[in-house]
Amino acid sequence: MRMQRTFTIAALAASSLALAACSSGGEQDPGAQPSDTGSPGPTATGDAAPDLGSEVTVVTHDSFAVPDDVLAAFEEESGLDVTFVAPGDAGALVNQLILTKDAPLGDVVYGIDNTFASRAIAEGVLADYESQAPAAADAADYALDGSGALTAIDYSDVCLNYDLAWFEEAGLDVPQSLGALSDPQYRGLVSVTNPATSSPGLALLLATVAEFGEDGWEDYWRALAENELRVTASWSDTYFTDFSAPNYGGDYPIVLSYASSPPSEVIDGEPTTAALLDTCFRQVEYAGVLEGARNPAAGQAVIDWMLSDEFQATIPDNMYVYPVSSSVDIPEAWAEFAPLAEDPHTLAPDVIDANRDAWIETWTSIVLG
Amino acid sequence: MRAARLHHPLSWWALAALPLAFLGLFFLWPLGTVLARGLTDAGVDLAGMIEILTSPRTADAVVTTLLLATAGTVGSVVIGVPAAYALYRLRWRGQATVRALAVVPFVLPTIVVASAFTALFGRSGGLGFLGLDQSMVGIVLALVFYNVAVVLRVVGGAWAALDPAPTEAARTLGADPRRAFLHVTLPALAPAIGSAAAVVFLFCATSFGVVLVLGGTRINTIETEIYLQVAQFLDLRAAAVLSILQLLFVGIALAVAAWARRRRDRSSTMRRVDGTRLATRGDAGAIAVILVVLALLVSAPLVALVERSLRTTDGHGVDHYVALFGQPGRAVLPVPVWAAAVNSLAAATVAAAVATGLGLIVASLLMRRTGRSAILDSVVMLPLGVSAVIVGLGMLLTLNRSVLGVDLRGSWWLVPMAQAVIALPLVVRTLVPSARAIPAPMRDAASTLGASPWQVWRLVDWPLLRRPFGLALGFAFAISLGEFGATTFVARPDQPTLPTAIYRLLGRPGIENVGMAFAAAVVLALMTASVMMVSERMRTTVGSDL
Repeated sequence: MRMQRTFTIAALAASSLALAACSSGGEQDPGAQPSDTGSPGPTATGDAAPDLGSEVTVVTHDSFAVPDDVLAAFEEESGLDVTFVAPGDAGALVNQLILTKDAPLGDVVYGIDNTFASRAIAEGVLADYESQAPAAADAADYALDGSGALTAIDYSDVCLNYDLAWFEEAGLDVPQSLGALSDPQYRGLVSVTNPATSSPGLALLLATVAEFGEDGWEDYWRALAENELRVTASWSDTYFTDFSAPNYGGDYPIVLSYASSPPSEVIDGEPTTAALLDTCFRQVEYAGVLEGARNPAAGQAVIDWMLSDEFQATIPDNMYVYPVSSSVDIPEAWAEFAPLAEDPHTLAPDVIDANRDAWIETWTSIVLG
Repeated sequence: MRAARLHHPLSWWALAALPLAFLGLFFLWPLGTVLARGLTDAGVDLAGMIEILTSPRTADAVVTTLLLATAGTVGSVVIGVPAAYALYRLRWRGQATVRALAVVPFVLPTIVVASAFTALFGRSGGLGFLGLDQSMVGIVLALVFYNVAVVLRVVGGAWAALDPAPTEAARTLGADPRRAFLHVTLPALAPAIGSAAAVVFLFCATSFGVVLVLGGTRINTIETEIYLQVAQFLDLRAAAVLSILQLLFVGIALAVAAWARRRRDRSSTMRRVDGTRLATRGDAGAIAVILVVLALLVSAPLVALVERSLRTTDGHGVDHYVALFGQPGRAVLPVPVWAAAVNSLAAATVAAAVATGLGLIVASLLMRRTGRSAILDSVVMLPLGVSAVIVGLGMLLTLNRSVLGVDLRGSWWLVPMAQAVIALPLVVRTLVPSARAIPAPMRDAASTLGASPWQVWRLVDWPLLRRPFGLALGFAFAISLGEFGATTFVARPDQPTLPTAIYRLLGRPGIENVGMAFAAAVVLALMTASVMMVSERMRTTVGSDL
């Protein structure tokens, strides 16, 4: 029994504003028959499965967010009642899907990232699906080799951020690369997170493997550890407690965060932090239909919806990541204060999956041992 | 003995069926499923299990766990016993407020408290000069901060009810105060101190957030190892082996606690008196010293917490408290924080009702010591010593489906049930001493005069249990309000509780989010303190384990 109906008609009516700004299909008669709009968005395909059932469960992590009105419009058009379940944080998501394979937690998953994608596919928790939604062509740029099970929805760059004023006052050059951080002049200035307990921490570890190669990354971390590197358990410890940025007043002017973080630190129109764009690792988030789903057709409809312009346009403001679609606008503040890395570090998902656990153990013995 | 009708095995088991069914469904089944999968999924591999048990990593985690738990227990006792004297044995104006404040840390969400401690211990923090950043000592201080309340309540209750006559007699016979304390008072308090110490040891040994955050992941315990094996390495076998190892420790601690309780319950058949006395001018010094120590330990992190909740871009203000009533950025929370607080209150109400209802039944069943009551007692205490990750994961594996025709997937009811599982052991420990102190002759007389078991319960038991019941209700409510570990696995994202909302607020950049997280934590602390203050008033002189 539910305490409340979260998504009400009132919410739909109250907020047609945002929808009207970016949608041509949003003005459809809300009373339209579900069968007319088997999937949402302006290019809804008539040949989608006509009967989607009435319920769909989306498994996600607790960073997932979508405006009520956009969700209500989807529910209205598809005739689906959407439930979200979020058993824990992003890192644990794939493991939980694997453990619950026999009795899947839902119909479709959103939020598997490229650091865990191969494990999910190898364990057979996902069913193949090729979306025909408008942004599917853009999503294909991030497709995983040899598998049709995951559809890219958004991406972001995990980067070191620094405190602009601190460096100005200290008269110190801003480090321009990962390699520079082992320089003694940056001793005791850097706070990062543990790759075993935090997904940005894992991304940074992977960035160093990409930058220094499988032969060089261990020495690099050895040098960082000797340079009084600080390691915390989670992003919030590093960012909110350690960061010296004016909003937080911690002790470390360089911290691990995202390329999209600096707009949150703009004070009176002036940025106070910036990302080091040559230290970034690109994280891609995927959605996929779960193997053994009760209602796979509805799961597919959810993926189509996530690739629709309506959904994609909400991504930056709601999840602080970039939409894969090239046809939606990015917030102005992002263009100004949160540019993406031009050449982020990447690693193939299967390489990550084959080595992740061993790399983390090696990292632990080097940095914390 | 006609009152023994309840103690007929059949009717005893019939009544025990309800709490056992509850624990079976919401705790034992989930726990058993995780352990069974871990140990048998890839075939039973004894050599593999032994390898995990004997690995240096495990040995390191075991040693660290024992060190931290021992130090945390000793610290809590050393500070808690004198404080119990000042706050419970003596009577003075304002002590009720101090008592309630001292209990607040016990139910605060670790993520915020750990963050407040980290800020204090940091290079430029208020206690930065101590050099405790990411150290064992720092973790121990935080553990003492959390658990001193347990010692206060257990020992304070016993001390308040201690007959002052023997001590006075010893003094009259020429013993100096130190001798009288060591040879008369301390032995009388020993069972209560032992019982408290065992429970604190248990809490310290299974502590998770404090160790992970304050240790900066450099310090590993059995609990953090279990988390890593499940969340990162998907090694259920290692997690299961470590869980069983942990259960072993928990079993030992519980056995010690039971042994201490038995001695105390035996001593509780002695005369119960109001042993408190009005504080005199001569006590002022002692009270002041204890208040200063408590203030340093308990209020330094709380002040740091309040300061951060008031910190804004240009100074300090109540902006973040105002924001609790607005809709935060959708990215952060789908509902305003006040709605999460309302949801927490609703869940905690249900959880407290379930936990105290079941607790009352369990306490009635444990009134007499038998083999079966010992079994029930152990089963009820188990949730104290099992990793929340394992319980949460177990609930995910077993309860995310239809059970007996009821579809539990994403059900709101899973949240209060998980909280009730966590609160039940503490409720039982609060009720059992009072239940066991009910004079058997009174019950027997009522029965002999023709009262039915129900009438005996209503006319004899309940009037004596009413006050500890109120205390247990308050405790269960406060614990449910603050529960995070298991709740996070079963709470729906669109219906966060206050602790899960705080966790999510801390997941997004921006001072408005971290400020709201700390403001929400202060609100949680205030809610908890109010609940504890109300339940303080219901405290009996009989005392309780907690």
